[in-house]
Amino acid sequence: MSNVMELKEGTEMFQILNEDGEIVDGQKVPDLSDDELKDLYRWMLRIRTFDGRAIKLNRQGRLGFYAPMAGQEACQIASMAALKKSDMLYPSYRDVGTAMYHGLPMENVFLNSRGQIHGMKTPEDVNAYPPQIIIAAQVLHCAGSGWAFRLKEEDHVAICFFGDGATSEGDFHEGMNFASVYEANSIFFCQNNQYAISVPIHKQMKSETIAQKAIGYGMAGIRVDGNDALAVYQATKEAADRARKGEGPTLIEGVTYRVGPHTMAGDDPGRYRTKDEEESWTSKRDPLKRLRKFLDSKGLWSDEEEEKVQKEVLDEMNETIKKVEKAPKGTVAELMDGLYTEPTPLIKKQKDEYLTWKEGK
Amino acid sequence: MATMTLINAINDGLRAEMERDKNVIVLGEDVGVNGGVFRATADLYQNFGEKRSFDTPLAESAIIGTAIGLANHGFRPVPEIQFAGFIYECMDQISTQAARIRMRSGGRFTAPITVRIPYGGGVKTPEMHSDSLEALFLHSPGVKVVVPSNPYDAKGLLIAAIREDDPVIFYEPMKLYRSIKADVPEEAYTVEIGKANIVREGSDVTILAYGTMVHTAEKAADLAEKERGVKAEVIDLRTISPFDLDTIISSVKKTHRAVIVHEAAQTGGVGAELATRINEEAILSLEAPVVRVAGFDTPYPLTAIEDEYLPTPERIAAGIYKTLDF
Repeated sequence: MSNVMELKEGTEMFQILNEDGEIVDGQKVPDLSDDELKDLYRWMLRIRTFDGRAIKLNRQGRLGFYAPMAGQEACQIASMAALKKSDMLYPSYRDVGTAMYHGLPMENVFLNSRGQIHGMKTPEDVNAYPPQIIIAAQVLHCAGSGWAFRLKEEDHVAICFFGDGATSEGDFHEGMNFASVYEANSIFFCQNNQYAISVPIHKQMKSETIAQKAIGYGMAGIRVDGNDALAVYQATKEAADRARKGEGPTLIEGVTYRVGPHTMAGDDPGRYRTKDEEESWTSKRDPLKRLRKFLDSKGLWSDEEEEKVQKEVLDEMNETIKKVEKAPKGTVAELMDGLYTEPTPLIKKQKDEYLTWKEGK
Repeated sequence: MATMTLINAINDGLRAEMERDKNVIVLGEDVGVNGGVFRATADLYQNFGEKRSFDTPLAESAIIGTAIGLANHGFRPVPEIQFAGFIYECMDQISTQAARIRMRSGGRFTAPITVRIPYGGGVKTPEMHSDSLEALFLHSPGVKVVVPSNPYDAKGLLIAAIREDDPVIFYEPMKLYRSIKADVPEEAYTVEIGKANIVREGSDVTILAYGTMVHTAEKAADLAEKERGVKAEVIDLRTISPFDLDTIISSVKKTHRAVIVHEAAQTGGVGAELATRINEEAILSLEAPVVRVAGFDTPYPLTAIEDEYLPTPERIAAGIYKTLDF
């Protein structure tokens, strides 16, 4: 059964787990083994723990640029859990959870945050683009990537992540349209976290939902409770199945909430939203609490396991931050060497002149 | 050998590369069934099919952005932007996305795309079609910028660009599309990117030009020879980024004078960069300040006055005399 478009043309929200962690009437648990369910939660907990410590490391000056992702763990992890390592990921800067789940080493995330130039050097076996900074630019890459899979008749999928603000960009519209026209193997995952920095969604657009924009593109679209890991998993799985069969792209709107500030560079959410609003999202609607309740009901998780996962992540972070603090910053010469396949004569000349000056100092 | 116009040569270069490499595809507005508004992609759709030649929706940013995504999986896309004046629509995808992905990803991803763009004035287009915006990409590290001035170079440079693993902006002079013919080999060949061509040797002054202006510069050299017996050396840069500094400096050290010609607005243009390089590398060889003969610092005009806006042989000759009479 497909949930796409049965939900009143993208205005109703697809949910499997209600806010009490119970299965909604008429819905069924996705086809996941107990181990897979536990792994889903384990990864969401890893990302939640990572986020809390990353914020502290930023405040200590040990990490640089960081965009908190707490509250969005179900969107980031349950979606990627529905895909394969061979699928192609185009994340934005807030989606390091998706990238780490897809195989990007934590070391890369830290190096990138600290501005060390090897942070975006993606390992050969990780099919993930460096995190996109320009809002919605990756929507086009995802459309092109999914189009390539379609042309080559490969059953891989390209997925990109972006926020609600990105849906106002021209590149969002252009990418959706191209993907639809070429029946690309693409999934466009919008994490509607309610704010583009300080601008709330109701100032961003007049349409009732983001998912319904899919109708205009002749594309499958679904609005999903983005804090319900099971619904996110199921929606993404169905989108991927459609894409793999050559049935075209899907727009998924995950309705979620950015619990933290926009970035750690001075954003104060108190200037544009209330504590009451924040609490309405962090209490019953929290994605981890809901999945934990569900796992508890099946006797699949314990406080001991919770603590073990948290400790594992914190230990890994401690080791990794020490490692990257000792790692080279990179050099301007390396920057020049890495720009073109072969440095051009003009770049070589600039490099030689600079290094000669530097050595002579 | 076959006699070809510049547009025929480009079409032939595309055909040759599409035959050689099944990953070479063309995409853009009207490039498929119609073969392009200038016919640069004529018959490619008919000969290579709908999976190699794409009439895309009308969106420049997406034409480049999806080409980047296609290139992540082995394709070597040759997107067309229909007119240079439309290039601002896709500046981010060229200068931020395609240009930087190799560096950003540590070589894991590249963007081997060749962006073909008809450019330049003198063909009575509507407003905003005739711009010369090559300096934007000279100032965009990570891309290369190529501008052919004749059919032989057009085919050879285009094939070289398609085989490049880095993104290339390939500006095609609209004015020359059908106004010149030359013998062009029917087989595939390359002209090296980054190498200028001395189209006329001389001893008194170096004229640096590219695209349509190479021909205007040659006329100016004729005029200066006729009027004052000047022996001008005319260099066709062929590549704007990276420009061929060695050839430029060798020539200026020989002639002791330089005039740089382009259609684009003067301030902050290619001429500004080349004049600076000449000062850095050859100032003691100079007998006069470097002179620029360029478009004016306004947007490209409506057609009634475009002939006055564009550099003419007379204006270039005046520039030559300025260096001689300093």
